[in-house]
Amino acid sequence: MANNDPLFGVAGDALKLRSQRMSLLASNIANAATPNYKARDFDFQKALASAQSGQSLDQAANQAAGYRVPLETSLDGNTVELSTEQTLFAENAVQYKTTLSFLQGRISTVMTALKGDN
Amino acid sequence: MTMSVFDISGRAMAAQLVRLNTTASNLANANSVSSTKEGAFRALKPVFKTVTDGQGISTVQVSQVVESQTDPTKRHDPGNPLADKNGDVWDAGVDQAAEMVEMMETARQYQNNVQVLQTAKTLTLDTLRLEK
Repeated sequence: MANNDPLFGVAGDALKLRSQRMSLLASNIANAATPNYKARDFDFQKALASAQSGQSLDQAANQAAGYRVPLETSLDGNTVELSTEQTLFAENAVQYKTTLSFLQGRISTVMTALKGDN
Repeated sequence: MTMSVFDISGRAMAAQLVRLNTTASNLANANSVSSTKEGAFRALKPVFKTVTDGQGISTVQVSQVVESQTDPTKRHDPGNPLADKNGDVWDAGVDQAAEMVEMMETARQYQNNVQVLQTAKTLTLDTLRLEK
């Protein structure tokens, strides 16, 4: 995979992992009312570290994935707590946006190098 | 092809809408009466089921709509034209308070999915305009 990508660097992998995590958190929110659904998430730092060491992004995300431990158990076996999921979703969205700004910086640097000063 | 956030939240919204429809139908029939226990209305409940694409990413669908366990209640009302020979009628088996709570919860969860969709849309559009 894009290990040590010379153009996008770590930001490229980070953006893809952020997007995968967004889907995972959206799944949790979608299943807020499904009996026996177990909320899932992955450790972003761990996933990014293994992606940087040359693993594919899917593999990296799968290895860092786990089930959420709920603060309180529910009668129907569902472990989605909307407050937790919403907070993490918002946090992940902001971090996606941040990664996007880093990428934008890199791209404009490369564009300047290509086009020259004017 | 894996499911996108748009698939996940869109299908969840559809499922929540089915749930809202059953609640509306239950509330609409809450005050109906019948002359037999079997003929009385019973609340309808959707059954939610997870649909997964095998990579941990999943959405939800309504697998079936079932009749609830709430039994119709017998009420003595000899003046009612539907009353049986003992003068009793059967009220619909609908717990109105529970239905109202269900309605609010459905609305909240629908809104959550809309919010997810909006955030995903904004981020996708931002990504499209990346090299501007």
